[in-house]
Amino acid sequence: MTTATVIRGGPGPLQAHRACFGRLVRAEWTKIRSVRSTVWSLGILVVTAIGLNTFITAAGIAGWDSLSAATKQGYLADPTGFLAVALNIAQIPVCVLGAMVITSEYSTGMIRASVLAVPRRTPMLAAKAAVFAAVAFVAGTLVAFASFLSAQAIISSHIPVSLSDPAVLRAVFGMGLYLTVLGLLGLAIGALVRHTAAALTVVVGVVVVLSNLARTLPGAVGQHIAAYLPANAGLLITHAHQEPTDLLTPWQGFGVLCLWAALLLGAAAWSLGRRDV
Amino acid sequence: MIEARNLSKRYGGKLAVDHLSFTVTPGKVTGFLGPNGAGKSTTMRLLLGLDRPDTGHASIGGRPYRDLADPLRTVGALLEAKAAHSGRTARNHLLCLAQTQGLLPDRVDQVISMAGLSAVARRRAGGFSLGMGRRLGIAAALLGDPGVLILDEPVNGLDPEGVLWIRNLMKRLAADGRAVFVSSHLMNEMAVTADHLIVIGQGRLLADCPTAEFIDCNSKPQVLVKTSKAAQLTQLVTSEGAQVSRNGTDVLTVTGVPAPRIAELAAAARIVVYELTPQRASLEEAFLEMTAGSLEFGDHGSSAHGGATTSQYSRSKS
Repeated sequence: MTTATVIRGGPGPLQAHRACFGRLVRAEWTKIRSVRSTVWSLGILVVTAIGLNTFITAAGIAGWDSLSAATKQGYLADPTGFLAVALNIAQIPVCVLGAMVITSEYSTGMIRASVLAVPRRTPMLAAKAAVFAAVAFVAGTLVAFASFLSAQAIISSHIPVSLSDPAVLRAVFGMGLYLTVLGLLGLAIGALVRHTAAALTVVVGVVVVLSNLARTLPGAVGQHIAAYLPANAGLLITHAHQEPTDLLTPWQGFGVLCLWAALLLGAAAWSLGRRDV
Repeated sequence: MIEARNLSKRYGGKLAVDHLSFTVTPGKVTGFLGPNGAGKSTTMRLLLGLDRPDTGHASIGGRPYRDLADPLRTVGALLEAKAAHSGRTARNHLLCLAQTQGLLPDRVDQVISMAGLSAVARRRAGGFSLGMGRRLGIAAALLGDPGVLILDEPVNGLDPEGVLWIRNLMKRLAADGRAVFVSSHLMNEMAVTADHLIVIGQGRLLADCPTAEFIDCNSKPQVLVKTSKAAQLTQLVTSEGAQVSRNGTDVLTVTGVPAPRIAELAAAARIVVYELTPQRASLEEAFLEMTAGSLEFGDHGSSAHGGATTSQYSRSKS
């Protein structure tokens, strides 16, 4: 009788939870890989970013002799600057994909099945974020290194650059990190606003509009506000060369971006736990 | 076992569920009946932890849904609203749910064949017909072989074959010893499937009793009488307290006096009766009347009619 009760009781709560997270990660991996549009979008994103970066770098270098001395100087100072094309192409889509990982659950009703399976919703969000982060990191790092290597081959005659140069490896690797955390920021925004279109608007607002607008703010306060906005701070890690006007070091900047993402993910977990689905 | 204690939920200004308490026991199909907008879906969402109640609490097997370790192994739910990603195949949908519960892919294939989805398992859920979608929902509900099933309007909109399939499935699941809690707005549907009924209107409990008892209490016996002296007979039976409605020149529907007594009265007065047929008012009518009462008289017992309905149902509850 006692034995039966013990067996029926199953594993303790701690054990159950530890076992659970691995399962949740596996389930979220199944979710992300089994929606064809996600897989396609990610593939197109990677190919487009690498391709256009290569093309624009080649076009730019073709007119090297006609470039002004200042521009040349800029390129020479931070040879990873030519990664900006790939970065600009990739950053919004990665945020949108992050947001859609969760908004698509709301628009299709899948969220109800998800929450029925995992009624304590924070672990579900954590597993989703972990799986998306892994996917975004692989894609972002692939874009970063492929773009760097292809562009390196094109520009080497004018701008000698190598991964072993100081800070270059950090900048290229940092691009993958930046895209990953930015994508997580998108995921958090998606979880907070729940609608794809609204999430998209907020993402573009935060990543592009606010970042650029804040740069126009006057004075030291304005400078600080601009420097601590998520995209502005996070971008520092993708630069091999620091500007004298930078208020944060590359890793500090990345830390600020991570804090933003953590803050918004925390808010998302809180809201997910409280709101009806 | 499902337990709801004093559940309330307000949406905006509207009280969708109003201090609702009931218990659903295993081994039978419990019908959850009420007109559209009575609060059935909301109650089910509260049971399943999708919404938080404003007052009260719900538990399944003694624990709130949110505290269940692998909830799909305890409770299977079919919601009325869609609950699958349209871009994912049926099999992958079930697979990702199974993985959250530590269930093996074999179980996914089992429920796919149980739900008759084998042919479409690798097609995307977005292209499914209503019936297919319902089968996918049932497959998801059965995934963890749960002891409790909560099904929201499972037959709504289905073709006769689909309706029959769901009916038989529910009966089989209850016969296995599971608690099957199924909502519907159709009294007749519940009369053929449910062993027990919980009836609500405007979020309030109206009845909680075995289906047979509900039918006995709520379908008032009527007698159809065909006679050439309709007016005279009407007078006789109304003096005995009957209510009579006249259909055509020689047909009466008598409520409140049993058929043998009508025959005696007619014989004593030497009235020729061509036809004397005891009838049961349709269950659907009784249900409509009951819930209409709850809609008209929002405040229980505030009117004569409301009071009568309440006493009638407290009788059926006891």
